[in-house]
Amino acid sequence: MSKEVDAGYDYQVPLITGNQTFSSITDKISSIVESKTSKEWALLFGLASSLMMVLLGSIGYLIWEGIGIWGVNNPVGWGWAIVNFVFWVGIGHAGTLISAVLFLFRQKWRTSINRFAEAMTIFAVICALVFPGIHVGRVWAVYYFFPIPNQMDMWPNFRSPLLWDFFAVGTYFTVSLLFWYTGLVPDLATLRDRAKTAIRKKVLAIFALGWRGGNKQWKHYELAYLLLAGLSTPLVLSVHSVVSTDFATAVIPGWHTTIFPPYFVAGAIFSGFAMVMTLALIARRIYHLEHILTLTHLDNMNKIILTTGMMVGYAYSMEFFIAWYSGNPYESFIFVQRAFGQYAWAYWTMITCNVFIPQIFWSRKMRRSIPVMFVVSIFVNIGMWFERFVIIATSLSQDFLPSSWDYFSPTIWDVSLLVGSFGLFFTLFLLFIRHLPMVAMAEIKGVLPQADPHHAHEGETH
Amino acid sequence: MEKQKKALAVLAEFKDPADLIHAAEKVNEAGYKAFDCHSPFPIHGMDDAMGEKRSPLGWIVGTVAFTAFIGMMAFQGWTSAIDYPLVLSGKPLFSYQTFGVASWAVMVLSSAITAVVAMLALNGLPRLHHPLFYSDNFSKFSDDGFFVSIEARDPLFHKEKTQQFLESIGGTNIELLEE
Repeated sequence: MSKEVDAGYDYQVPLITGNQTFSSITDKISSIVESKTSKEWALLFGLASSLMMVLLGSIGYLIWEGIGIWGVNNPVGWGWAIVNFVFWVGIGHAGTLISAVLFLFRQKWRTSINRFAEAMTIFAVICALVFPGIHVGRVWAVYYFFPIPNQMDMWPNFRSPLLWDFFAVGTYFTVSLLFWYTGLVPDLATLRDRAKTAIRKKVLAIFALGWRGGNKQWKHYELAYLLLAGLSTPLVLSVHSVVSTDFATAVIPGWHTTIFPPYFVAGAIFSGFAMVMTLALIARRIYHLEHILTLTHLDNMNKIILTTGMMVGYAYSMEFFIAWYSGNPYESFIFVQRAFGQYAWAYWTMITCNVFIPQIFWSRKMRRSIPVMFVVSIFVNIGMWFERFVIIATSLSQDFLPSSWDYFSPTIWDVSLLVGSFGLFFTLFLLFIRHLPMVAMAEIKGVLPQADPHHAHEGETH
Repeated sequence: MEKQKKALAVLAEFKDPADLIHAAEKVNEAGYKAFDCHSPFPIHGMDDAMGEKRSPLGWIVGTVAFTAFIGMMAFQGWTSAIDYPLVLSGKPLFSYQTFGVASWAVMVLSSAITAVVAMLALNGLPRLHHPLFYSDNFSKFSDDGFFVSIEARDPLFHKEKTQQFLESIGGTNIELLEE
């Protein structure tokens, strides 16, 4: 196949720019971890960990006082706790999509972003898991969650979507962690071999498991990685589908729809990519990763944001159509209330952030402008949080009986838990970029042109 | 104590992925079995060059996946229909449709754990102590070094001849690693 034909399908510009060699990649990425702590990092870490203390303090007060400190009321029994849970689980999905789905589709550009997208997944799921953990009221009875024989001689209800959630999200967390760690092993070996002090070398040696990079190891390693990708790929679809069944199996108008699983999955990928974008742009700026995380990568991610944004836009309009077409008065009522009722401000915030603003990415120039994509990614993050709020608050606050209607207003504790969860997320993320290679070095080296055994001796018949 | 040190392995460095593949072909042709090619990233075509069979990991994980799914279905069925039969929301006691979700999750979870644990077991990891780590030069493998190692347990291994052989196929920085 000639070069010209390839160019149409492949990248006209190289994936990694700046004429990198294997060792320049090693140096670039490892030096971030090995150099002294920068002032910017310390400042950001101070901010993030302070916010995390807000979370821990709020959780402490919540356990002491009970969930009455929240703004939840009688019809709106599910408040921000579930909004935040769905939001954070959704964020994680981009990490899995990048690490697993793009791997199976042989999208080589993923190698620059997969490591920290995977880390983001793990930290987002940790943030998500905080909320079901604390929302139960009597936290000391939380072991009822678990399918263990208890003193009442009963089993968990395996027909309940809330239990499915436990299995789906628990599996998601564990599989993501395994996938991430497996990817880290060769890079930890690199750090081990570069370590200057004996203690550092010992600690890294333990975590690198004695990796020797032999092909007899790579053979099993690559298949394990492929299998993990294959196992994680359906998780991209299944986890948020299961989360959506928490709503879809209820008979509440606005929730009881079959569109929920695909709609939630598209929204999850959409919000997750926005979060990857936000984090990537900050990391790229602070650690000068312009050659590794090129405009081509960002352009690709923006195309995915545009596509998934339109998918959620389609879902929003299809919900309206079905509400009218079904002829169900409760369903129609709730959708009119969404757009024009007491939560109209939240609804139009959602539509603006998720549907209108990403349309700017039709322009190639905008897709390649750093300030534009940063601002859009923030809007999408906001919009996707509001999407979950709209779904939960509108449907619950005006149910079948007008006598039980009520308006949901958050309290300061709702806000402190949400803001605090961002503190937890960023604390974990900053610790990660400080202490572990945030770009998969071994994988980047594998996509450099000189990694191809046919590259070095061009013209020679093999 | 023994006077003479016991040879453990011979290590040779090669220039780039292409040289390493050629070297692997030649070492394989020469009949060595206990050898390996070390590189910072997996190299395409290396399995063929080394005469390596496909990893059996897929079969191991597949078996576990199948067992886990069936096992979890059976467990849910047993708790719901036999151990504590309870009609919930009018569904049949053995409502397999709703059991699918947890079974699926347990299948994925156990398969992923198996994939990682079995991969490590097949690779003989974790193993923090290995003769190759005696070589200072070898630490380059995780940066930009390409190495062939032949271990002393190979029946064809010979302290001098193996070193000469690796030199003859283009290896540099040849090292004999001893106890």
